[in-house]
Amino acid sequence: MTLSKQHLALLTLGLAALAIAPSLLKTYGLYLLTLWLVYIIAALGLNLTVGYAGLKSLCHAGFMGVGAYTVAILMKAGVSFWLATPVAISLCFVLGLLIGFPALRVQLHYLGFATLGFNLLLMLFFRNEEWLTGGTFGIQNIKRPELFGFSFNGNLAFYYLALVITVVSAALLAYLLRSPWGRAFAALRDNPIRAESTGVNITAYTLMSFAIGAAYAGLAGALFAPLVNFIEPAPFGLGMSLLFLMMVVVGGSGKFYGPVLGSAIALLLPEYLRFAKDWYLAIFGFAVVAMMIWLPGGLLSIRERWLLHKAKTASDKTATNAGAV
Amino acid sequence: MTDFLQLLISGIATGSIYAMAALGFTLLWQASGTINFAQGEFVMLPAFSMLIAMAMGLPLWAAFVVALIVSVLVLGMAFKRFIVDPMRASGVISIVVATLGLSIGLKSFVKAGYSAEPHPFPSVFGDEVFKLAGVTISYSDVGALLFAGLMVLGLQLFLNKTLTGRAMQAVAQNTFSAEALGINVKRMIFYTFAINAILVTVTALLITPTYLAKFDMGDNIGLKAFFAAIIGGFNNSRGALLGGVIVGVLENLVGAYITPSYKDGVALALFLAVILVKPDGLLGTPAERKV
Amino acid sequence: MSILKVNDIKKSYGAIRAVDGVSFAVEPGEILGVIGPNGSGKTTLFNSILGQIKPDSGRVEFEGVDISGKSPLELSRLGVGRTFQNLQVFGKLSLRDNLIVAAQEFHGSFWGRMFAPSDNGLGARADEMIELFRLGHVADLPAGSLSYGQQKLVDIAMAFMPAPRLVLLDEPCAGVNPSLVDGLRDLLVQLNQRQGGSFVVIEHNMDFVMKLCHRIVCMVEGRVLAVGRPEEIQSNRAVLEAYLGN
Repeated sequence: MTLSKQHLALLTLGLAALAIAPSLLKTYGLYLLTLWLVYIIAALGLNLTVGYAGLKSLCHAGFMGVGAYTVAILMKAGVSFWLATPVAISLCFVLGLLIGFPALRVQLHYLGFATLGFNLLLMLFFRNEEWLTGGTFGIQNIKRPELFGFSFNGNLAFYYLALVITVVSAALLAYLLRSPWGRAFAALRDNPIRAESTGVNITAYTLMSFAIGAAYAGLAGALFAPLVNFIEPAPFGLGMSLLFLMMVVVGGSGKFYGPVLGSAIALLLPEYLRFAKDWYLAIFGFAVVAMMIWLPGGLLSIRERWLLHKAKTASDKTATNAGAV
Repeated sequence: MTDFLQLLISGIATGSIYAMAALGFTLLWQASGTINFAQGEFVMLPAFSMLIAMAMGLPLWAAFVVALIVSVLVLGMAFKRFIVDPMRASGVISIVVATLGLSIGLKSFVKAGYSAEPHPFPSVFGDEVFKLAGVTISYSDVGALLFAGLMVLGLQLFLNKTLTGRAMQAVAQNTFSAEALGINVKRMIFYTFAINAILVTVTALLITPTYLAKFDMGDNIGLKAFFAAIIGGFNNSRGALLGGVIVGVLENLVGAYITPSYKDGVALALFLAVILVKPDGLLGTPAERKV
Repeated sequence: MSILKVNDIKKSYGAIRAVDGVSFAVEPGEILGVIGPNGSGKTTLFNSILGQIKPDSGRVEFEGVDISGKSPLELSRLGVGRTFQNLQVFGKLSLRDNLIVAAQEFHGSFWGRMFAPSDNGLGARADEMIELFRLGHVADLPAGSLSYGQQKLVDIAMAFMPAPRLVLLDEPCAGVNPSLVDGLRDLLVQLNQRQGGSFVVIEHNMDFVMKLCHRIVCMVEGRVLAVGRPEEIQSNRAVLEAYLGN
């Protein structure tokens, strides 16, 4: 992978900041920072599905719930976190394939509705199947993981664990996106009809983008459960799925760092807008509408717009000079 | 048996109310490619406008008229002019996200600005019931069924028999040719938005007595409307009616005879079954692939 | 053996016979033009060959294999490329990525491509095409931001990227600035000589077709009126009448 010097410098700076940050924060701040990492993982996955492959997925929080419940239930049964997490990820991957398949047979539009309904169904399941999920009481006292006798029980240790997992999963995604797969996903998003006629198997790529996105949500859920120690159905509802979608779009869908920015905004804004109380969500909702009207590419598209403008002007000049097409 | 009939009748009544919201949803999609994820909130808002109008002393019918006017102005005209139109160029995902944002915004606005509590809402047809061959039937069920049935059939007649209606259908089928034929496409699309506004207002009038006026009442209605629309056939207006009724009835039956916990999953299961077997919906016709 | 064999294709819409028993063959390396007045059934024929429309009867063979009803994906895998009449590029991908994506799926396995180098070994090939089409100055811009003519060239270049053995070109001149039509023709001739393959070109621009094609099929009212070399078609009485009579 080739990163520009500027990119590399910013990345190093960002990671260094994340490594030092805990020493500047109190307990609640550290909790928020860890939660941000969890959201980043989930939103990175959703960005693959929505931003790169152009599919409408409205059950991301549901998948995260599946991941969280799987880990919680397995850990309660005595299974190690390190075994439960791959199970959670795989389960979400398979569920992603299963839910994507019927919708694909018809029209991509239906994927939005199918996923919306699927999230609803998952919520009913979490709520009603008390024998497994504890119903509305949820599952309490979920332990944090241990590795070779070292416990990640402390907030700081768990933060660094989450940080490592976030960085690794982001790197994996970056690797996938720079491979020919990444280009195929974008082709699928930009023009499925043309993509098919150039040999892109749109069914296979659609399913994969959806399932991989779901797997990332599963991983986020697997970290979420031990982070908060207690899970119940509420955080995995449709509302949260929509919030994930907003994170991706507000940050900049189809931009690698879009979800990083978007999830920070979604997480920190309510903290700063506490005074607004219930009005906060109203402001947020209408702000999203306004943004879709004026800046559909998300916050990170501002820079790109400017660069494109510059490049266009430059190429127009060359074209005039060369007298070419 | 009488239980079954009772469930059937109230299911049909609820279903025909879903059908109205579904119909508006389909019309918007056909005419302008707008997938309105805020359709549920579009039902919730008129419910609250009526509530506010009644609180100011208006009788129900007058409140309904006020709500109709407000809906056509806000949910029809302003929605089209300020949200859908500017987004035409940026694609379906933007509209989906914007209407999702709108849905959150409207819900929270009502919650923060009015109340988070459910409010009782008077029924146009009163609370009385009557017995027919041992089956208890409420006037409001019969009224809802008749009202919704009339609305849907009337709309059907309007779309098929009048010049304006046919022009609207032409726009829905092929905007480009319609424009070439001299149809005022913009106006026809506006009519569609206005009709949707009327449909959601009537839906609010009929469904709020049972659902109660609450800021999040739209979640459920919106979802049922989407599924009813697809089950019946996304490109067919009669399909919405059929889809709505099927969803309403099956929900009642599943809730009573199988498990009340998964009542709300019925629409989804049905939706998945339908798109697997008949992808264009029960009454839909296959869409030609556009290259 | 012929590359493409179209055998007695018939397709009616109600009482209208859009294509009424059309047969012809395309030889290896040949550029075949299909001309005809509006409504002569060219587009229906084109769509039948590409499996977009199911003909009522008849058979389409590519290298001896029946390809009727094959999906666009299957056709592309067999080695049939196509261009589109209206603009069909991947708007947000750069021009260079548009070209690479048009060929990358034919190299390596689906899973293998997950670990392949980013350009899947096609960078040089893409640069060669960019050079040939003289699009170097815009190669890194998103294809959607290019001018109409440039996007049209991208669309054509994409079809040729995987070096298909047959390319169907759907009105390549439509919407292209008349002053650039000659350049486009030279490009296609060069491509034909460089990488071989047969072309089928549907086009309204008579001059373009006459100068580009080795052989021309003239259709009128769903039937083949005449087949022959450009000069034969030009001097064919029936063809002239069909055009003038319209």
